[in-house]
Amino acid sequence: MFGKLSLSVIPSHDPIVMGAIGGATLAALVILALITWYRKWTYLWKEWVTSLDHKRIGIMYVILALVMLLRGLSDSILMRSQQAFAAGGSMGYLDPDHFNQIFSAHGSIMIVFMAMPFLVGLMNIVVPQQIGARDVAFPFMNSVSLWLTVAGALIVMASLGLGEFSKAGWSGYTSLTGKQFSPGVGVDYWIWAFQIAGAGSILTSINFLVTIIRMRAPGMRLMQMPMFTWTTLFTSILMVFAFPVLTAALFLLTLDRLMGMHFFTNELGGNMMMYVNLFWTWGHPEVYIVVLPAFGVFSEVVSTFSGKRLFGYKSMVYATAGITILSFTVWVHHFFTMGAGPEVNIFFGIATMLIAIPTGVKIYNWLFTMYRGRIRFATPMYWTLGFLMTFTIGGMAGVMLASPPADYVVHNSLFVIAHFHNVLIAGTLFGFFAGYSYWFPKATGFRLDEKWGKRAFWCWLTGFYLAFMPLYLLGFMGMPRRMHHYVNPAWHPWLIVAAGGTAVILMGVLFQAIQLAVSIRHRHNSRDLTGDPWDGRTLEWATSSPPPPYNFAKIPDVNDIDAFMDMKERGTAYRRPDRYDDIPMPENTACGLAIGVAAFMLGFGTVWHIWWLAVLGTLVIIAAVIVRAWNDDTGYTMPAAEVEVIENRRRELLASAAAHAGPGKGYER
Amino acid sequence: MKIKVGLLFPGLSSLCIAAFTAGCTGVVIFDPKGPVGDAERFVITAAILLMMIVVVPVFVMGFWFAWRYRASNKNAAYAPKWDSSPVIDVVIWLVPLAIVTILASLTWKETFRLDPYKPIISARQPINVQAVSLDWKWLFIYPDHDIAVVNHLVFPAGVPLSFRITSETVMTSLFIPQLGSQMYGMTGMETRLNLLAREPGVYMGQNQQFSGRWFSNMSFEAEAAGAEEFTAWVQKVRSSPVTLDMARYEELIKPGAARQVTYFSSVEPGLFKRIIERYVPATDTAHSHRHGNHAPGGR
Repeated sequence: MFGKLSLSVIPSHDPIVMGAIGGATLAALVILALITWYRKWTYLWKEWVTSLDHKRIGIMYVILALVMLLRGLSDSILMRSQQAFAAGGSMGYLDPDHFNQIFSAHGSIMIVFMAMPFLVGLMNIVVPQQIGARDVAFPFMNSVSLWLTVAGALIVMASLGLGEFSKAGWSGYTSLTGKQFSPGVGVDYWIWAFQIAGAGSILTSINFLVTIIRMRAPGMRLMQMPMFTWTTLFTSILMVFAFPVLTAALFLLTLDRLMGMHFFTNELGGNMMMYVNLFWTWGHPEVYIVVLPAFGVFSEVVSTFSGKRLFGYKSMVYATAGITILSFTVWVHHFFTMGAGPEVNIFFGIATMLIAIPTGVKIYNWLFTMYRGRIRFATPMYWTLGFLMTFTIGGMAGVMLASPPADYVVHNSLFVIAHFHNVLIAGTLFGFFAGYSYWFPKATGFRLDEKWGKRAFWCWLTGFYLAFMPLYLLGFMGMPRRMHHYVNPAWHPWLIVAAGGTAVILMGVLFQAIQLAVSIRHRHNSRDLTGDPWDGRTLEWATSSPPPPYNFAKIPDVNDIDAFMDMKERGTAYRRPDRYDDIPMPENTACGLAIGVAAFMLGFGTVWHIWWLAVLGTLVIIAAVIVRAWNDDTGYTMPAAEVEVIENRRRELLASAAAHAGPGKGYER
Repeated sequence: MKIKVGLLFPGLSSLCIAAFTAGCTGVVIFDPKGPVGDAERFVITAAILLMMIVVVPVFVMGFWFAWRYRASNKNAAYAPKWDSSPVIDVVIWLVPLAIVTILASLTWKETFRLDPYKPIISARQPINVQAVSLDWKWLFIYPDHDIAVVNHLVFPAGVPLSFRITSETVMTSLFIPQLGSQMYGMTGMETRLNLLAREPGVYMGQNQQFSGRWFSNMSFEAEAAGAEEFTAWVQKVRSSPVTLDMARYEELIKPGAARQVTYFSSVEPGLFKRIIERYVPATDTAHSHRHGNHAPGGR
């Protein structure tokens, strides 16, 4: 009935795990109780869970990312403190098996369940508005993507309390992840979490490709798209090509584990090198998938807060295209030491170095956007400046690693850890935080507290340098990554410094939580009445904050890269249309949620060999898709009269903002 | 104030590199003890210094522009429509291109010169070691001396050290940081690594690739000995009561955490080859000439 699942799989002997489970369960119970107390179940169901509105879906993605950020951060605190203790003869306070699960979960969660949902969330909130569209191309598929991602995240969370997570790293190298060396359920959890979330990512990328190609406002040529939209387009291209490779690799690994096949095993012709190649064929583009949208955010932020057009727009587009193409030609640099000849290594080494050229161009373009600007130092600009300085160091380390002879001595060391956290935290995460504070008023209707935002920034920046600069040095001191304990006393002081850095980062996250709480509390005083709190330049600032379900009552005409700034300058930004039209809208549906729940059943059932559950999950997915596909009545029409009511309310807000002389300009007083 | 901080950075970073290259304690990659490590340190230093040409201006301009063009500074020029300059475009594309070209040509040369498979040119005959990674220990077989050791590597200084590497478990990586390059060990395959220790000394050796529960215990002492000490050590190993044959090997490969050193006074002939062929399917061994060296990368 329950496959391999029984009460004995709960790790009740481990106080740390049980504490984490207790904490997570308690938090969940408190949230559920609060929802019940305030009678918000119907509201949540109608307005959020079943919603097909891209802005709502985007917000839910960002919430998922923030929750998973906390989980990933807890993992990093455990790891850093373990390594701060486990020097000389000490074994620290974690069992090796537990430590190995923690770093595997940390990597898997931060990439697939923090960075990915964060970027897809921002894409959802912003891109349709930036291109003057009313929604994404496939609103229902968007909801399916969201709930598949949530299902994947829940599978990772379930591994905390039932059984174990993978002990083989986020990259899951075979043959360590084969049945012989990992007989437990941990690797299966990892596989199914990635598979289900990966399916969601593929659907998302198709959705945004079609949205950007087909649904731009009239007049917006490709070469007039805002940079964030451009980077979303390139990221979607990368996702469409890269994710199926991961799906295939993990499928073959599943066959090895479930059916006793030998694609990647040690015996019978299995080949671990094949897996490593397939994994990084996805894995390397994946880092550009998460960093390109962050580059897009910086482009928007630096131009807005410098009050100036983006410098070298065409260079930016070509540079991003160059990075997109090159990112598929560099995967071998993850294993220069696998015995390939110098001819192979040098090809991939130089291809990797080439990426530094377009990336360098982008950095200089951002700098020249600031040149002769009027820079306002709001929180998003802080993140951007922190990025510009810090990312450059990570890039330099990356070029060094691209050189095979240099890689031969720092490969698999903490130097590599320092490098990719340098580009993923200072690049990707700072970018997402910049986007979070930049678009928060747009998504919610009120601003984030600046004071706590800047405090959080300074903690993150200092914490980052304290936590990761020692790791560069430790790499040069020969320390391998993923060490549970070590004998070399020279490494110890630097690992203590790194642990201290993690504590400072934790403080930064705490300040971000305070910032959110304070901002919600004071939301009535920080309301964004105009929809344009930063004197924005692109179309998302033309809508109200939060935007109406249809975004634009009348689809705008676009004449410039900075379309909204252009409208403000010509005085057409807030012009009242002659008449309002009926707007077709998608109807809410629980079908996406059902597919997510079924995918969880499929994954969880397969992990524990509960076959009836897995089969049931599969059948529900097929049934849901068929039912949905046969349903022709999936939308409704919002009558022009209702649109007019909403728009009139917005005009009243604009008028009251004008009376208070808000920061926006150019609207009719 | 901020401009000064910006100028401080290049100064500080060059100081740091100077400190590294001077060989401060424990920074083993910058304190190499052999020609391979020397050359790799050179590549790292060259890459960092070349990149400074791009990195330093970013820091200087970042602080300078942010300070100079702050909104409160009404004296600074403001050009909200200025968004392109052919001169700047040419410079920001061509300067990184030039740097990458220089670095790439240097890397090209060094990658071929430092190919880990390439024997080190020396008047002395190389010493051959067959390394096998086990759970969680290292087995070193000396085919020319008919001895084997677990978790201890001794070799003469000044003589090329030629490894053939395989694994009895998952993927591992053999690495002695102060001598230079590392190389993966994989089941059913043989990889190669050539190193040389210039001077006698005890260096840290380790597995650099995570390999499961007691991965952290896979460190060993790599001892470069004088010629006489090495001969004496070989004699000492030969006096060990234990020998290594396939049956004993099956005992040895059982997973264990102990960091124990074991000496084997003799080794069954062809053991290393047999260890590799255990994992090569029967149909493949029939055509073993195709798999002469079970090495990846089309070699």
